[in-house]
Amino acid sequence: MSAVEPARSRDPRVPVSPQLALRVAIIGGLAMLMFGIIFFRLWYLQVLSGEQYVQQANANHERQLPVPAPRGEILDREGHAIVTGVTSNVVEIVPSQMPTAVSEQVAKYEKRLSEVEEAHRPALDQLLRFERVLKSADRKATASERREKQRLERAARIPRVAIPLLPASAIRAHSLFTRLGRVINVSARGIDERVVQGMTATRYANVIVKTDAGQRALIMLGERQSEFPGVIQRPVSLRAYPHGEMAAQILGHVGQVSEGELKLSGFRGVLSGTVVGQEGLEFYYDRYLRGTTGVERVEVNAAGEPVPSNLAEMPPQSGRSMKLTLNLGLQEASEKALREGIEHARANSKPANAGAFVALDPRNGQVLAIGSYPSVDPNRFAKLLTKTEYGALTSTSTGNPLDDRAVNGTYPTGSTFKPITALAALEAGIVNPEEGLGSGQCITVGGEQFCNAGHADFGAVGLVEALKVSSDTYFFEVGRRANSHGRVIQKKALELGIGEPTGIDLPSEFHGVVPDAKWREHENALELECEKRTHVSSCGIVSERRPWTVGDDMHLAVGQGDLLTDPLQMAVAYSTIADAYNHNGEGTVVRPHLGMEIDEANGGLLQSLSFPPRRHVHLNPTDVNLVMTGLHEAASQPGGTSAEVWAGWDQSQHPVFGKTGTAQHGFEADQAWYMCYIGDPNHPIVIAVTVEQGGFGAETAAPVARLMASKWFGKPGKFVAGSSKTL
Amino acid sequence: MPLSPIQPSGEPSAEPPRALRLPFDPLLTLAVIGLGICSIVTLRGATKNLIPGDPHYYVVRQGVYLAVGLVAMFAVSRLDYARLRRFKNAVYAVLLLTILAVLGIGHAAKGSVRAINLPLFSFQASELGKVLLILALSALLVDRARELRQRDTTILLMIAALIPAMLVIAQPDLGSGLVYMVIAYMLLFIAGASWRHLAALAALVVVSAAFVLVAAPAAGIHLLKPYQTERLTAFLHPSSGPRKEATTEPTTDPTYQQRESKIAIGSGQKTGRGANSSQVPLHFVPESHTDFVFAAVGERYGFVGAGLVLLLYGLLISRALRVLVMAKDLFGSLIAAGVAAMLMFQVFVNVGMTIGIMPITGVTLPLMSYGGSSVITTLLAVGLLQSIYVQARASAALKGRVLRY
Repeated sequence: MSAVEPARSRDPRVPVSPQLALRVAIIGGLAMLMFGIIFFRLWYLQVLSGEQYVQQANANHERQLPVPAPRGEILDREGHAIVTGVTSNVVEIVPSQMPTAVSEQVAKYEKRLSEVEEAHRPALDQLLRFERVLKSADRKATASERREKQRLERAARIPRVAIPLLPASAIRAHSLFTRLGRVINVSARGIDERVVQGMTATRYANVIVKTDAGQRALIMLGERQSEFPGVIQRPVSLRAYPHGEMAAQILGHVGQVSEGELKLSGFRGVLSGTVVGQEGLEFYYDRYLRGTTGVERVEVNAAGEPVPSNLAEMPPQSGRSMKLTLNLGLQEASEKALREGIEHARANSKPANAGAFVALDPRNGQVLAIGSYPSVDPNRFAKLLTKTEYGALTSTSTGNPLDDRAVNGTYPTGSTFKPITALAALEAGIVNPEEGLGSGQCITVGGEQFCNAGHADFGAVGLVEALKVSSDTYFFEVGRRANSHGRVIQKKALELGIGEPTGIDLPSEFHGVVPDAKWREHENALELECEKRTHVSSCGIVSERRPWTVGDDMHLAVGQGDLLTDPLQMAVAYSTIADAYNHNGEGTVVRPHLGMEIDEANGGLLQSLSFPPRRHVHLNPTDVNLVMTGLHEAASQPGGTSAEVWAGWDQSQHPVFGKTGTAQHGFEADQAWYMCYIGDPNHPIVIAVTVEQGGFGAETAAPVARLMASKWFGKPGKFVAGSSKTL
Repeated sequence: MPLSPIQPSGEPSAEPPRALRLPFDPLLTLAVIGLGICSIVTLRGATKNLIPGDPHYYVVRQGVYLAVGLVAMFAVSRLDYARLRRFKNAVYAVLLLTILAVLGIGHAAKGSVRAINLPLFSFQASELGKVLLILALSALLVDRARELRQRDTTILLMIAALIPAMLVIAQPDLGSGLVYMVIAYMLLFIAGASWRHLAALAALVVVSAAFVLVAAPAAGIHLLKPYQTERLTAFLHPSSGPRKEATTEPTTDPTYQQRESKIAIGSGQKTGRGANSSQVPLHFVPESHTDFVFAAVGERYGFVGAGLVLLLYGLLISRALRVLVMAKDLFGSLIAAGVAAMLMFQVFVNVGMTIGIMPITGVTLPLMSYGGSSVITTLLAVGLLQSIYVQARASAALKGRVLRY
């Protein structure tokens, strides 16, 4: 400093006293010390920790807003739209900008909710245990069990927890919701409830309070943004299902990803608030369909107001569209046909209330049509669904329309199982196809009578004739013989794909049960354990604890007893038989599938999905020919169970190999079944149709199959009910 | 009172010494003009969005203040500061009266009454008071030049400083009050007060600070406003404030201010963020054109820019100390000491505040902070330094000529 530097100036000056020199030197030293401290501190802040402060500064002024990606379309095999997107303007509430009164309300609501849930937990646990027991019993529940289940359901049902009222002191929130409500036509209380519910579900995601706000409301909100703090509006791509209820269970629906789902590996990298597939194909192929959420980076000032900026943005990437194997025309016709079949059954005073169908390409497992009745319009899921509405969709009183009976039905199959029994018996050599069996109305084994439907007497018939007329006594006899040869029928059923998941590209499907002695033992053990644990006389897992009997094999031989499967598994089994028939005994157990290809959003092919067959089976060509002859005669020759249904069908051009079935359910009306394979060099098809409580297969199910086949082969469709009263 | 005995009696000879051709200290002038330019450049970026539709509002005004200040500086430098000694009582009276006038008719801004609104700018008496106080106290000490080491002198001086200091603290303008006390202490120090007195005063400061900040609040007496106490102690616990959204009145939270200021300066890194600056232009740093202007420099121009500004202050202060030792008389030395004390204290406390090592006291950064009173006052003070410099050169030249005879 000047004070201590030597006087090198050539200007003479007043000499400074040593006392003053010392004191000025001290001041100079102090100044240097101060500047030293400041420089070191600046070095530390700016050079050593600069990076960290840059991040903090960016966190201050950058807000990242997710920009939802348009979801990919779902098309049928020819490119017709099945699921599309529509752009709709939604009005959203930004939780972070709500007055504190609202978050206090959320906290209060969460507390109440958890209290109520806690109170109902014991009942819910009890119900779940009871349901497990009932399900593993694999039989219809008794009336008392049903009553008990209903009682538990009532006890476990969590009542609607009232959302606490917004305190009157929360003037800002009240005024905001009232004014907003006037604009978007929702009550202030309604907005508040949605905000509270939304914030409870996902804390930081924006809450949609109105999905299809009118143009007037949007203009109003846009012009007066400052009057509606925390309210934003933006166009979103909503799911649209132009065909309404068609294939609803298969397609599934979409919804905002939940906190629980975010933890699933399939949703890795998905941002909170993203709309993802929740069920069905929307869920299964979600990673292709959903695309990548973009990020809009908004610059805000200290007051949180956005300011113009040139921050780089990441545009959303549209989801891929996908082509299904479904044929839209066939799908629509099939659904219509099924409804017709059900109406027909009802007209014949059958309480038919549900059904399902599957149409499969037997060569490769492509699902050409698949459906379940009753259905639901998935467009309802695209909008805001209230709790009661959702409850109605999953309730048994409405027929549980979300349940996909084609892949989750748990049914005995009735006589449609007989070809499998026949193949098994022929291969095991326990029957001679020429041998006449099953004369008389009934056969008696071990004191139990096994009779034909309506106590018909088909006389002693050979195998082909037995299939044609669906002689139960013939197959009872086969079942009786099979019993002494071990798991003859079971093995063949499993080989053809019954009793195991088909591997279809859907999130859930039924396993199925092909009962045998070991299964019986297992069920007995479960029942015993349950009885011991709960101290009741019967848990109902099995009606009585008894060993596997010859009667069980006899019931299985005609598709009754403890057999449980679904239309899709049956379709796979028939596909395999048909394939073996066409390939000299070499059949493939296909993996049925709905996905065909993933396309770019602009339509270019991205990836063909491949579903290799699950396994190859070798069947004796002679045996297959015999069985197929029986099935063809059943559908074409006078006296065949479904011959009347196919009257007028050009059998030489498109030979039909069909089997009716009528599954018995004890208390309930019989379940109609029809399985068929229709040959064609280019478009062979396997059709499975079932109608719960629909009566005889020939009467209700087979006509539906014919309508489907007519559509598939371009023939005039006509509902022709058969009169065969066989099972 | 007679003229100062070493006043040059007439025009120097026809061939004056070369130093006299420049009637001011070039380095001092360079530092002042450099800081003025830095101020304009910084404010241009920092105040761009402050008044919507008028991005140059602050820049233009600061330019005018600087121009007026520079004119005043040169005017003062042509004056012989020694004449001012005669008006010491008047100066002191003006000091007290202006401060009282502000208390009486002042205009309230941000919770305190510090300024009187004049047609062109609001006059902050406490700022001008710094220069007036330096003059008055220096004159007082010169009058008691023979009793400098006596206790009475020390006490008298401290009382003379304490009265205006207390009045401005009551405005409340704690920062200026502290500047007054520091000036007084510096004057005693340079005037040669005994070390014992100086140590006793220092001890008194420590004790009273502890009393005001800790003991009295504990006893329920609040001598300072709660926000002042909070600001003074906030830098000691920087992370105690919650990191919250800046939407709710951020300027009332001292930890918020200091944290955002540190983020601004830190994010400047070596060479600054330039046009990508966000902390200051988007108002995350409050008062970034006045008290926290150094944060604006640090963010926009980084370590390089902040270093340049500090070097200019280093130059300014070193020249003040140089003027202190070369002054022709005690009055000049004391004025220079007072100005040096004012500059050192304000620079260190203000910069220290923005980088989180000093409490928030509301002290402006001389010449850099926006504000007419502060800028013009500082330039008047620098004008006094120039005057002392010029007079010292003149008398030395005279003496030299005499010595040459």
